[in-house]
Amino acid sequence: MGEKKIKLSDLNKQLADMGVKSLEGIKIEGDIELEIETGAGGVGPLFAYYFGAEVAKVAVQLVNMAKAFGYPIDSLLQPVAVAGAIAPAEIKAAAPEIPAFKIPDTLAKAKFEVGTDATWKHQIQEVQLGATKAEGGSRGHVIKIGGEKAMPFFYDAAMPNRPVVTMDVFDMPIGMAKAVKMHYEEVMNDPAEWAKKCVNEFGADMITTHLISTDPLIKDTSAKEAVKVVEDVLQAVDVPICIGGSGNPEKDVEVLTRASETAQGERALIASASLNLDWEAIGRSCAENNNVCLSWTQLEINAQKELDRKLIKVAGVPRDSIVIDPTTAALAYGLDFAYSNMERIRIGALKGDQELAFPMSSGTTNAWGVREAWMIGSPNKEDSDWGDRMLRGPIWEILTGFSLAMAGVDIFMMMNPIAVAYLQEITQSLMGLIEAKTPDTTNWITTEA
Amino acid sequence: MKESSPLNLYKFLPKTNCGECGDETCMAFAAGLIARERTIDECKPLFDPEKQKKYGKKLAQLKEVLAPEVSLIYLGTGDQQIKVGGEDVMYRHQMTYFNKPPFAYDVTDAMDEADLVERVKLIHSWKKFYIGNWENVEMVAVRSVTGDPDKFAKCVKKVMENTDKPLILCSFDPKVLKAGLELAAEKRPLIYAANKDNWKEVAQLAYDYKVPVTLSSPFDLDGLKSLAITFREMGLKDLVLDPGTAPNGEKLQESLQNFIKLRRAAVDEGQKDFNYPVMSIPLNAWFTTDDPVRGAYWESVLSATFVIRGADIMIRHSMEPHSVMPDMHLRFNIYTDPRSPVKVKPGLNKVGKPDETSPIYLTTNFALTYYTVESDLGSNEIDSYLLAVDTDGIGVQASVAGGQITPSKIKDSFAEAGVDFEKTSHRSFILPGMCARFSGELDELYKYKVKALVGPEDSGRIPGWMKTQWPPKWEEE
Ligand code: SF4
Repeated sequence: MGEKKIKLSDLNKQLADMGVKSLEGIKIEGDIELEIETGAGGVGPLFAYYFGAEVAKVAVQLVNMAKAFGYPIDSLLQPVAVAGAIAPAEIKAAAPEIPAFKIPDTLAKAKFEVGTDATWKHQIQEVQLGATKAEGGSRGHVIKIGGEKAMPFFYDAAMPNRPVVTMDVFDMPIGMAKAVKMHYEEVMNDPAEWAKKCVNEFGADMITTHLISTDPLIKDTSAKEAVKVVEDVLQAVDVPICIGGSGNPEKDVEVLTRASETAQGERALIASASLNLDWEAIGRSCAENNNVCLSWTQLEINAQKELDRKLIKVAGVPRDSIVIDPTTAALAYGLDFAYSNMERIRIGALKGDQELAFPMSSGTTNAWGVREAWMIGSPNKEDSDWGDRMLRGPIWEILTGFSLAMAGVDIFMMMNPIAVAYLQEITQSLMGLIEAKTPDTTNWITTEA
Repeated sequence: MKESSPLNLYKFLPKTNCGECGDETCMAFAAGLIARERTIDECKPLFDPEKQKKYGKKLAQLKEVLAPEVSLIYLGTGDQQIKVGGEDVMYRHQMTYFNKPPFAYDVTDAMDEADLVERVKLIHSWKKFYIGNWENVEMVAVRSVTGDPDKFAKCVKKVMENTDKPLILCSFDPKVLKAGLELAAEKRPLIYAANKDNWKEVAQLAYDYKVPVTLSSPFDLDGLKSLAITFREMGLKDLVLDPGTAPNGEKLQESLQNFIKLRRAAVDEGQKDFNYPVMSIPLNAWFTTDDPVRGAYWESVLSATFVIRGADIMIRHSMEPHSVMPDMHLRFNIYTDPRSPVKVKPGLNKVGKPDETSPIYLTTNFALTYYTVESDLGSNEIDSYLLAVDTDGIGVQASVAGGQITPSKIKDSFAEAGVDFEKTSHRSFILPGMCARFSGELDELYKYKVKALVGPEDSGRIPGWMKTQWPPKWEEE
């Protein structure tokens, strides 16, 4: 290999004589000898790493100038006099080549390809909610949820059914955030009217009647008395319905089994069976009365599997009559747990876990429990302005529901009509169901918004 | 990095167990690398110039193995530097998402100066307290509406006078971009964008000014890949991809699917030639409406769509609190590390400088609840004690329902924390409103010598509650 030695100081002088501006301001101390070896290479990042960017810049100049001076240059720079520290062989091996910056004439040809997820081999159970007269119920139409073969909105497989919203109705007036209450004030004492309003004005796909007055700590309404409200709602609207208890684990068993009998044959969603109450009684009554059992667990995938298994094997609930509620923790209040719990459940199901392969439900109304949804302003004085809570609240419910739609939820229990409308619009848009002329956004930079 | 076994990283390490990294063994350090708790530069011997003969090659190999599946780029400089991309998983539960997509809010060179300064200040100062930290806006996107390089430069200058947050310089005109770069290049802004028409000029700018560059090819992934490969071959590797963000209709569905495809190609399929961070532009929501409420809502919804499925950086418009706040929280939740603990240590803590007359509050040891109550007490200057009851990190409402918090557990927790109510002037403590039903049983447990007061359901209402309910009134004994 031929070698030539250049003294930096000499070169710098020569460069200065030639008026090379870019070296000005760089002091070169001492006589650095550069050994320029013929062979492959250039000034690589490792060089810069050891000697600093300044010296590297000088070196680049040197290489270029040296070329001009006729030195044999297609070479790797091997500074030997600077630090005996460098192991030449390693540097040679590690320093990648940096070609000169050159803009090609045309763009490279390229084709983008990507596959689907081959591990998704199984389908989520499809569940029918509601039953028509011909089917032994009294609903005007039925709703089907579930049946997915891929994560929601993925291109792997189209979603067979769109997400649906069931709107909350209570059997007595309850405290609500202002942004919700304003829509229901005049129907608060009449669950049937309340249900009608939700269906006729707010586009509810279904109605959930919560029999909260049965709670022994609230009114302790008897099960027999309470289910009259279910009858009223069944009369008032012809959409499929859902029936909820008060959350009291003892009383709910009686209330929900009774409600299930009242709604016999309607394929009503009974909310809910859980591990801390008599799930078997509730499951059985769903199976016997042709209703659908909501299987509710608290953010725990193994508990969900256990309850689903028990409902099927012990209580005899058919697979096509189970919907699962793995718990909705709201935006800014544990949404991360709820989201990942549901995403894991759904992916597990697509991969073949039969104990998880059911449509999912979300108690999206929980969003209203989060202070950011309903408080007038921030309790923390240093926060930026929280703005108008009447605008803030609905979006809390939208984002809580929508993010869980992305994780696989099929049915949403909701309250605020604005939130319902947005949730339906975005989920249906992402399914390609909403025809809209997409504006040309190419020149978004210059738009005067 | 796809590697999940420390053994496979261990083989690249010096294996001397020298301890310089703070771990006792190289194997422990390798495990730290897998968990992303340690970074390679913490193993100093690997970088020792004297040992490159031995380690140089291993170091290079290790770097390759450790490289994130979605490549990582840096915007901004100094303490305003932001990481973009660097993701390793498709779904957050598979490990975690690492670098939350910065929100860049737009300003334009058509704004009059006062409006511009006001908006920049708003963007710069926006903050919200959440789980022990402040959330902020990260970036400003400067749009050239006028197309005039001088006006753009003036605008960039004004923005830089009012914030040190990193910028995105937005124009398809290389002359305009150049005018901005002259002023801002040192701060390492992102430029937006090169497309199929201007790519040569913009590539030259990216090279000359050493800045990261966005490649824009709306709804054409072949075109996007072609740009990316061309730039990479020129040696320009700090790239961001803009696959297009349609605000509605079927094109919106296509947009989301493109984001999913890009993330999947990078992460699941390891397509190393096309694994750059991806940009979403929810600002486009404003093309669909003139209604400010509808615009902000829809922008929020679009942001959520892409925060969840693969955007690494975003350009947004609405600074309305009802749009910024929920999106900030959503991003925070999605980017929270699922591996990190969500509990605080159970026990009694002081807020401010409490004494024997100060109220004693209690809550669960779910980190979110605990920090919320603590900040509500602290920011309202309520000197007090706060007991975190061990509910295994479950929140108040859920632990009441699930039995993780009960009257006797509360009594035990106070006893364990060594609280002697006889030594307080008020002989009471304050229950969260959600535990209201415990009050009777607690009074009994304490034989009516200690009062279990029922506080508000939300700790944000504590200041108001204190005004009417504190201190408690005892009947004359
Ligand atoms: S510093 Fe490097 S060589 Fe030393 S123990 Fe840590 S990993 Fe091993």
